[in-house]
Amino acid sequence: MVGIVGWGSCIPRNRIKVEEIAKVWGADPNNFKRGLGLEEKSVPSPDQDTITLSVEASKRALRRAGINPLDIGAVYVGSESHPYAVKPTGTVLAEAIGATPEVHSASFEFACKAGTEAMFVCLCEVESGRIKYGLAVGADTSQGAPGDALEYSTAAGAAAFLFGRDRVVAEVNETYAYMTDTPDFWRREYEHYPRHAGRFTGEPSYFKHVLGATRGILEKTKKTPKDFTYVVFHQPNGKFPVNAAKALGFTKEQYETGRLVPKLGNTYSGSSPIGLTAILDVANPGDKILMVSYGSGAGSDAFIFTVTDEIKKVQDKAEKTRTMLDENKRYIDYGTYAKYRGKILKAE
Amino acid sequence: MANPAKYWREIPQRYRLEAGKCQSCGEIYIPPRLVCSKCKSRKFEKIKLSDHGKVLTYTVIRTGPSQFADQTPYAVGVVELDGGGRITSQIVDCEFDQLAIGQRVRVEFRRIQKHGQAGILCYGYKCVPA
Amino acid sequence: MRDVAVIGVGLNEKWGEIWEKSLRDLYTEAALNAIDDAGVDHIDSMYVGCMTSGMFVSQEHLGSLMSDYLGQNPVPATRVESACASGGVAFRQGYLEVASGASDIVLVGGVEKMTDVSGDEATFALSAAADMEYECYQGITFPGLYALVARAHMHRYGTTPLQLAHIAVKNHKNGSMNPVAQYGFEITPQGVLDSVMVADPLHILDCSPITDGAAAAVLCPLDLARKLSKKPPVKVLASAQATSTIALHSRKDMTWFDSTAVAAEKAYKMAGKKPQDLHVVELHDCFTIAEVVVLEALGLVERGKGGTTAESGMTALGGKIPVNTSGGLKSKGHPVGATGVAQIVEVTRQLRGESGPRQVKGARVGLTQNMGGTGGSCVIHILEAA
Repeated sequence: MVGIVGWGSCIPRNRIKVEEIAKVWGADPNNFKRGLGLEEKSVPSPDQDTITLSVEASKRALRRAGINPLDIGAVYVGSESHPYAVKPTGTVLAEAIGATPEVHSASFEFACKAGTEAMFVCLCEVESGRIKYGLAVGADTSQGAPGDALEYSTAAGAAAFLFGRDRVVAEVNETYAYMTDTPDFWRREYEHYPRHAGRFTGEPSYFKHVLGATRGILEKTKKTPKDFTYVVFHQPNGKFPVNAAKALGFTKEQYETGRLVPKLGNTYSGSSPIGLTAILDVANPGDKILMVSYGSGAGSDAFIFTVTDEIKKVQDKAEKTRTMLDENKRYIDYGTYAKYRGKILKAE
Repeated sequence: MANPAKYWREIPQRYRLEAGKCQSCGEIYIPPRLVCSKCKSRKFEKIKLSDHGKVLTYTVIRTGPSQFADQTPYAVGVVELDGGGRITSQIVDCEFDQLAIGQRVRVEFRRIQKHGQAGILCYGYKCVPA
Repeated sequence: MRDVAVIGVGLNEKWGEIWEKSLRDLYTEAALNAIDDAGVDHIDSMYVGCMTSGMFVSQEHLGSLMSDYLGQNPVPATRVESACASGGVAFRQGYLEVASGASDIVLVGGVEKMTDVSGDEATFALSAAADMEYECYQGITFPGLYALVARAHMHRYGTTPLQLAHIAVKNHKNGSMNPVAQYGFEITPQGVLDSVMVADPLHILDCSPITDGAAAAVLCPLDLARKLSKKPPVKVLASAQATSTIALHSRKDMTWFDSTAVAAEKAYKMAGKKPQDLHVVELHDCFTIAEVVVLEALGLVERGKGGTTAESGMTALGGKIPVNTSGGLKSKGHPVGATGVAQIVEVTRQLRGESGPRQVKGARVGLTQNMGGTGGSCVIHILEAA
């Protein structure tokens, strides 16, 4: 049996409300609150980045897995805000958790599904027998251009998963990828902010791939939505995952535990993975979980997990995602947000 | 200041709190030393410090060096980790009126410095309320 | 070892932001003033105390530079560094050279030129007196380190920010009578408390400034002093030096300066004096809290009571033991490498009766205490009117 042996997340404390951003740009906050199901989003402190969030999430995963970090054979971080363009985020992460030097690493990029790509590769490496444990992280401190619609949702967070064969808490039953060349959202080399194609990011992009991957994996495994306790979709806003669920036949009870975006924002490569951690924090043995990510450019990765008896032993060994999301919050204003996110032009 | 080798050399201490414990008298040093100040022994055991501790003293820096301008004002303190070892560390994610001598804290991995737009990124330990 | 006397002292006309004068100008001026004051026609050796001419003006090799500019080649010249105690340690080295018999007339000068770099760069240079990798890397500043000491002292002994403010007020009162002082004007306790906070609980007026300046002294064997100089000689009764950890966090007790306590004990023993025998003291008030702890470590006040000393008038000019009659580092200024030697200049003048409105009546025995960093090094001298 191969699957997740430990999981953890890290969400920064700072939050900014949609109203606060709308006030600055003269926009109607209801466009985003009612229209897109967004209320507030997480903001990293100046000393937090994709590397630091990955480290804290990974330490939580290690506490739950209870393994020796030296037994980790690969550390892959998927993000679109890697602090270095050249020098993998995983090199610092692996050093910080004590997994070096006998370990592989690379930075993954596929917009918001870079994290699930990392998960897929770790799974395969463990299945092949080449490594004992693999650490896959989806983490981002994504940026939205000032005044752009994306500024209301781009948030920060990380989810880390250790894959292995012993004391598996969530077995991977099946995976499925659905990917095409769809230019809905991209960032050219050396550009600071990404660009997107407006409404084109909906039906032919998000929905085509999320629905395509879901239908694909259900077909492959001969399952139906009713077979699942939980489902978590990529969540760029509060509405898209709800509409996807409706289109596919999933219920609110199934998607609500993993749908964190109204209070968290879109954590990009952390989006569906952090949703998955929130589910694992409360899941029971026997529960079946479907996770479907989406990365612009574009593609979706689908995973089916079955929770094992092992999960109850480790759920409480580290901080839970919902706790980090709901407690100890610190609200900031737009000026502080702009300062933290480096959006203010300074003399160098 | 922007020397990668000088930064890289201290990574085991800054990332993993690796320290040295005198095998003769038990005194703990971070960073590790070649000779024990207390008993002059030269034999040490490599240990890792705890990531929980208490604040011994603190201050809030209100006029800081320019590289910390975006974080000013910020709190710094001397923290004694459980089981031994003392570090000078920023205390973050904490309202200033919560700072107290004896306050329990836990160590988190954070970015300490950035060497301009194109230089290396320097990481290490900071403390948050436990 | 022979008895040693100070026979000449000198400073620049003014300390402060001295834009027109370079490091070499400042040292040369003070040195010539000391040599003239001594009335000697040659020197055998010289010392240059300076914390970091390299980081401030990108100049090293000060021994060669200053002996050259002083017209003293080929006399041996030695650069001495001990952070903020560079001047005091340079003086001790000069003392030892004369006491040992190796030289007869030795010039000791200290200098720092701090304003050729930006405030930020100056702050960075100063922070090299602390543990660069384990204190400064984390974002602590010098005021921050002393603030940590202040917070611990306040917690344990109940010292208050108002008590610290009184120390700054007392030093400024003395400094207002010192024409060389950078900030030679009086301030009020409320003014200190209202001034901008630098590192809780230290305000900007609790902190010594960034200053350009130099100071110098001429030493010779005591039994040559009357032959060489017309001024009343001042005998060096004791010279003692000690070290402590570089990092504040390495000390068991962060409300104490061990290096000061150890050096003081050695100095009192060597001089055959007790704290109550002192008539005037120049100590290292880089921050107001430093004066608090140093007074305790010198045994001039009971442990924990250092905060009461200025507020009660004990250390005022007319008080039980006048401290920092020059204005201290706070009002006079703190050109790092010069400070230790300037303390010798002040005490020498006091013991000669030359201090004018700042004169401590009947001063016969004085002590100087100069320390580096957060007390990582300390050097103490006791002088007596010969």
